[in-house]
Amino acid sequence: MTAVPMDRLARERYLAEFSELEARLPGTRLPWLAKARRDALERFAETGFPTTRNEDWKYTNVAAIEKRPFPAARVAAADDAVARRAGELALDGAYLMVFVDGHLSLPLSRVTGLPTGVAVQGLAETLEARSDLVEALLAGESCSNGFEALNLALMADGAVIYLPRGVALERPVHVLYLATRDGTASHIRNLILAEDGSEATVIEHYAALNGTASFTNAVTRIRQGNNARVEHIKLQQESPKAYHVAAIQSLAGRDSRFTSHSIALGAALSRNDISTRLDDENAECHLNGLYMAGGRQHVDHHTRIDHAKPRGVSREYYRGVLDGAARAVFNGKVVVHADAQHTDAHQSNNNLLLSREAEVDTKPQLEIFADDVKCTHGATVGQLDPDMLFYLRSRGMEEAQARSLLTYAFAEDVITRIKVAPLRARIEEFLIHRLPEGGSIKELL
Amino acid sequence: MLEIRNLQVKVEGKLILKGIDLKVNAGEVHAIMGPNGSGKSTLAHVLAGRESYEVTEGKVTYLSHNLLELPPEERAREGVFLAFQYPVEIPGVNNVYLLKAALNAMRKHGGLEELDAMDFLKLVKDKMKLVEIGEEFLYRAVNEGFSGGEKKRNEILQMAVLEPKLAILDETDSGLDIDALKIVAHGVNSLRSPERAMILVTHYQRLLNYIVPDHVHVLSGGRIVKSGGRELALELEARGYGWIEQEAAGAARAEAK
Ligand SMILES: Nc1ncnc2c1ncn2[C@@H]1O[C@H](COP(=O)(O)OP(=O)(O)OP(=O)(O)O)[C@@H](O)[C@H]1O
Ligand SMILES: [Mg+2]
Repeated sequence: MTAVPMDRLARERYLAEFSELEARLPGTRLPWLAKARRDALERFAETGFPTTRNEDWKYTNVAAIEKRPFPAARVAAADDAVARRAGELALDGAYLMVFVDGHLSLPLSRVTGLPTGVAVQGLAETLEARSDLVEALLAGESCSNGFEALNLALMADGAVIYLPRGVALERPVHVLYLATRDGTASHIRNLILAEDGSEATVIEHYAALNGTASFTNAVTRIRQGNNARVEHIKLQQESPKAYHVAAIQSLAGRDSRFTSHSIALGAALSRNDISTRLDDENAECHLNGLYMAGGRQHVDHHTRIDHAKPRGVSREYYRGVLDGAARAVFNGKVVVHADAQHTDAHQSNNNLLLSREAEVDTKPQLEIFADDVKCTHGATVGQLDPDMLFYLRSRGMEEAQARSLLTYAFAEDVITRIKVAPLRARIEEFLIHRLPEGGSIKELL
Repeated sequence: MLEIRNLQVKVEGKLILKGIDLKVNAGEVHAIMGPNGSGKSTLAHVLAGRESYEVTEGKVTYLSHNLLELPPEERAREGVFLAFQYPVEIPGVNNVYLLKAALNAMRKHGGLEELDAMDFLKLVKDKMKLVEIGEEFLYRAVNEGFSGGEKKRNEILQMAVLEPKLAILDETDSGLDIDALKIVAHGVNSLRSPERAMILVTHYQRLLNYIVPDHVHVLSGGRIVKSGGRELALELEARGYGWIEQEAAGAARAEAK
């Protein structure tokens, strides 16, 4: 008897799931969407999940996701525990959307008082009422790997944010995704359309009830018109047993600015693909990131910036703190196309290893096809600075406290870039409590 | 207060201190001079507890402690203070909060009550007048972006607040303009007392015009090759180190015979 290979089992499982769910997926009566879903499924059937033979997935093995069934979570009413958790996590002063296992919970959300013309709503409801918006945003959708293909085929819900021309949304939109059920998947699709001159801050916040072993497969597409500003913050604090795969892609117009912060703190395995295309002149992007992992956590960031047109500016700033036997991957690709003269690109990735077994693979990847450009990059992997440690200890500070303090200061350098104060405070609090002797360093900051 | 006997220290496998003997009593100020690379900073760091420096021989007694057995933080709490030749920049760590933590760690260790924010700030502002450092330095990250002279003044401010029993100043005078030098000297002199001792590492006799030492030692090639009173510093200024090194080499030859 020959064993059926794991990848084939996984594909068959998802194909079966698709045929079972197809009729019930949102927008099922829309022919263009039905076709897009089927094409995507076919794509997934061909490729399956990426393997380590694929250069982009060389250091990130997703066999654990492939191996066990993660049927899509069904819609369910939020119970008290979920409502309580959502209440705890909700940020003051923000519009709130809460997704429970990938489905929008209207009772837990509050998005009242939006400026005229602005839409902040669920994907499923948008497909009922304004499918044209979704169609426009999904036009030309290309899935760059099996996860994205599976997402398109099975996407059930997500946040749709529409900003009309010239509208600045003053309060941030806090989109909270709560994973509550073990062994289920959430295929989340978020779509953001920022018309010319509009402005907004969107927080994608992934969290869980204690110890939920779930699989999040999220895709976010952002489109920015001329002079539009989008500040996107992704905070991933899923449970240590969770699997998390996310792709964020922005397309930036003339004079626009895209800022992305990716703060990856949770999950057993997480992978983030963050890419932006500066598609017209004088566009700017800032990609910031902090990953902090311990135990046997694995965290991977693959970023890509395409400078397509002249005078683009990109700044990339990623830091990682790794303890235990954690493993991190950072790959920063910057492509300067032939047309993109006077590009100014800078990338840095600094990693702090707190233990011998922690490991990081960091790789800048610059591909430059224009001649008049300024591109710099730098990557470091190191331990805490012994001179700093000695200086603090020579002033009477306990060694463990000095270590935590320096680790915190290293991470904080990314966190300070987040402008949403209550969120920043929340993350700082989390970091402090994660560090040994954390409480004692609080008054030093 | 401090007694160093036959101290030998290796750095990165290389013997840098080759047998130092030095006795410092409470109330005394000792100046240590000597050519570049002779081991002055190594000695200062070993006394403060730098762990990467390997002590291969010798003993250091401080008050009633076997100093070499204490981790750096405990030495600090017992009253040992090192003003660094190159104060370290620590981004993200607030200068004044560090100072408060340092003072309270010392007070707690000594069985005193910790100071609250108000009392502490009052104390610091008093001391700041002494070293003429602006308040804006308090709220910046430790030494980050400070000029060379500002870093040195910050070290003296820390010393003034912590009131150590044994202060080791490693070239605190280097890179200071004449006004800053006077300020630093004033800070040091105001701490002089019969219960305290100081070790000043310096290249310049100039400092010793303002802080008059009880003893001057010359450290060369990892050994103290000559000791004397303050007049030795004047002689060094006039004649350099060559003659002492020759004298020391002659003495070593005589001993070998
Ligand atoms: N980490 C190190 N690795 C190798 N050698 C070192 C290290 N630190 C110090 N040394 C060496 O030890 C010797 C003594 O250095 P030290 O800094 O103690 O000299 P110093 O007397 O303070 O000099 P200066 O007057 O220039 O400050 C020098 O030769 C120096 O190169
Ligand atoms: Mg020195």
